[in-house]
Amino acid sequence: MALKARAGWLAGVAVVVSMGLAACSSSADDATNSGGPGGGAELSIVAYSVAQAPNQAVQAAFAKTSDGEGVTWVESYGASGDQSRAVESGLKADYVHFSLGSDVTRLVDAGLVAEDWDQGANGGTVTRSVVVFAVRPGNPKNIQTWDDLVKDGVEIITPNPGSSGSARWNILAAWGAVTANGGSEDDAKAYTTELFNHIVSLPGSGREATSAFLAGTGDVLLSYENEAIAARQSGAELDYVVPDTTLQIDNPGTVTKDADPAAKAFLDFVLTPEAQAIYAGFGYRPVVDGVTLPEVEGANDPANPFPTPGTLLTIEDFGGWGEAKKKFFDEDTGIITQIQVETGKSS
Amino acid sequence: MGKAARRLIVVIYLLALVVVPVALVFWNALKDGLGPVIEALTDPVVVHALQLTLIASLVSVVLNAVFGVGVSVLLVRYEFPGKRALNALIDLPLSVSPVVVGLSLVIVYNVRDGWFGAPLASLGIQVLFSLPGIILATTFISMPLVVREVVPVLQEQGTDQEQAARSLGAGGWTTFRRVTLPGIRWGVIYGVVLCFARSIGEFGAVKIVSGNLTGKTQTATLAVEQLYQNFNQAQAFTIAAVLAGAAIIIISVVAALRVRVERRGA
Amino acid sequence: MTAALSDSKGAAPEGGRVLRTNPRSTLTRGAGLGLGVIVLWFSVLVLLPLAAVVAVAVNGGWEGFLTTLTNPQTAAAIELTVLTSLAVAVLNVAMGTLIAWVLVRERFRGSRLLEVIIDVPFALPTIVAGLVLLALYGPSSPIGVNVANTRTAVFLAFAFVTLPFVVRSVQPVLEQLDREAEQAAHSLGASAGVTFRRIVLPALIPAIAAGAALSFARGVSEYGSLVLLSGNLALRTEVTSVRMLTYVENGNLAAASVVATVLLFVALVVLVAIDLLQRWLVRRG
Repeated sequence: MALKARAGWLAGVAVVVSMGLAACSSSADDATNSGGPGGGAELSIVAYSVAQAPNQAVQAAFAKTSDGEGVTWVESYGASGDQSRAVESGLKADYVHFSLGSDVTRLVDAGLVAEDWDQGANGGTVTRSVVVFAVRPGNPKNIQTWDDLVKDGVEIITPNPGSSGSARWNILAAWGAVTANGGSEDDAKAYTTELFNHIVSLPGSGREATSAFLAGTGDVLLSYENEAIAARQSGAELDYVVPDTTLQIDNPGTVTKDADPAAKAFLDFVLTPEAQAIYAGFGYRPVVDGVTLPEVEGANDPANPFPTPGTLLTIEDFGGWGEAKKKFFDEDTGIITQIQVETGKSS
Repeated sequence: MGKAARRLIVVIYLLALVVVPVALVFWNALKDGLGPVIEALTDPVVVHALQLTLIASLVSVVLNAVFGVGVSVLLVRYEFPGKRALNALIDLPLSVSPVVVGLSLVIVYNVRDGWFGAPLASLGIQVLFSLPGIILATTFISMPLVVREVVPVLQEQGTDQEQAARSLGAGGWTTFRRVTLPGIRWGVIYGVVLCFARSIGEFGAVKIVSGNLTGKTQTATLAVEQLYQNFNQAQAFTIAAVLAGAAIIIISVVAALRVRVERRGA
Repeated sequence: MTAALSDSKGAAPEGGRVLRTNPRSTLTRGAGLGLGVIVLWFSVLVLLPLAAVVAVAVNGGWEGFLTTLTNPQTAAAIELTVLTSLAVAVLNVAMGTLIAWVLVRERFRGSRLLEVIIDVPFALPTIVAGLVLLALYGPSSPIGVNVANTRTAVFLAFAFVTLPFVVRSVQPVLEQLDREAEQAAHSLGASAGVTFRRIVLPALIPAIAAGAALSFARGVSEYGSLVLLSGNLALRTEVTSVRMLTYVENGNLAAASVVATVLLFVALVVLVAIDLLQRWLVRRG
């Protein structure tokens, strides 16, 4: 009967499919990469998305050292804030590498990271960059300075400081560009308000902003130098400008309290000139001295990839992330939060 | 409004809203030739992501099929206090934002102070950031789909045959197995297919509960996002095309079979 | 929507078969056990997590609720999301009914293909949907239509993901509809338009309403497709899902839960209203 035949056919398909599944699942159990043949520790790295390729390269180099031999990695990459919150909620991590300090502070408050994580010589920073302007090839609107951003008809795209911690570097840089050059807080507020009037899109993360910019939104993207370089290395069509006054972006990296000792060895390796040179190849500025810079493909000048800006601010100029978060980004009284609401209302 | 005008409007609307955008997925995947496609499909990380999605979705589908058929029979064939409340609540998962789903699961299952998460952790069972969490999320969001397909079929079917079977002495379970179930099988199958399609496409909730561990808890949709964000657009669209294609094919096959069976009057 | 659970067949006005007089409970022991298991499963899987969210929200007390809801960005996000979902629901009522009509009553070559097309928004991962809508209707649009970062983009994304709901609600009812009344009206001289308006449409209203309700609820909860498309501009194109993420990012789980609770409440109200509407209409016959 047709019914029985069809039932039989369906059953046969089900059997074949489940056999296929069983065969497949046994062979590709853990498809993780970068690590030596068994024997070493299995370390969990939880980091922010932009750092994926660079970290993998450094992990490969680490595997060639005596401390790193045989170490295998379980990796998780995503938006810095999301990753930090995941670790807080129980995601296993031996080594964390985030976009900004407050994402580590969250873990300190949760008792997962030691309070003295940032007392070392590097202040807890493992990778470094600066805020830059990414523009269309050839920079058709000739955007060079912060004042150029608020000229008539310029459309800005930048990640959303409300929902993305790492987006806050860009906005602080804008503020700092005014106050570091003799402007008062009121001047800075006026300028930042004008900036927001020119912002046409606030994607959720730095990468999303880059994607949106490359898809055609905006004339200028507020971004990070290493992000612009990485995009160019992947063939993206954009140029970038390092403004005269800009903010130094310090990405923290540390081990958790219960981490495997091999993780500490990795952290130490990350701060060696050899590892920092690898990071430089991906567009990051070195955090230690004595690093021999490779030719950095994708940089404006591969032979001299990291020009020193006229005025380089750091988060310390804002009182550290604790202060900055409260003053600028508090969800009710934060200066930037209020500006976002004001400019939204007036449109 | 004439027949032709109606038809034209419908076709144009569907073309503009659905067909062309979806075709673009496939076009973007194949735009740079088969190279990136093959590269994507042989990458162990991608293969694992596809397998993980398949496994989690199949488990969700089975759970929801059993639940769906059970609830449908209860709602249509029986009376009980609270029936209307249950009926209204069943559709709730379809109306909940995936961000809320993820949030709620994190609140309940997180290891530090989750209602279930803390005690489970002390037993060594981890829900979040591993397969059980993913299954919870996908089961949650696709739960109503089987019920919605089966209830109308069950109502349509009527109780004549069931009553006949009972009067011939068949017990409840036998009646269900040999009379009810075969009658609703196409509703169940179609519900299962929709449930499967929805599960393999889930993104927001899984993103929050899975931890996105490459090669361990990264599902296919998360892999799409990661590839896209790592400037690997061709590979991202390849997986997107695989997901969309699989779901479309299954839906089409079942729809075609169903029509053929109904035409034959089986 | 699990269609009107009266004892009549579907929602057709012909009354169908009324089989019993609604006793309190007709559960057999086996069915009762099954019900218990099912309710337990549903509670643990769905109700409990949602209750946890509400609990966190309620923990902040009334002040917590008020402060969050009067925040201008939050209020704007809720307003945008709810109003756009309503507008899309209206669009879906019109287009969904039209599509269902064409599919059921005016079968043509290729109409079967349309059936599959309608279910595609279910099949496509939302993030992919967003990517693709952006490619087609964003800055690099091949047809020159750019609505990215505007409210139109939000409308577009909602329209995409809610397409199937009204169609698939109305279609089965339309298929089962007894044509006698229509044929009688036609033979008495009524035009097609009048017949549709006064005979067919009333029969379809419960199904349309149910589909519209689901469309609304689905729109209100959308997230993935808006990630690249809407721009998240405060007070302009920021939807509630994004707003919740902002609160979470700031460590304000209570406020995020407040917004989530409000949305849950809205969804519940809509579902209950539809249930009542269907009962009322079916009772009216």
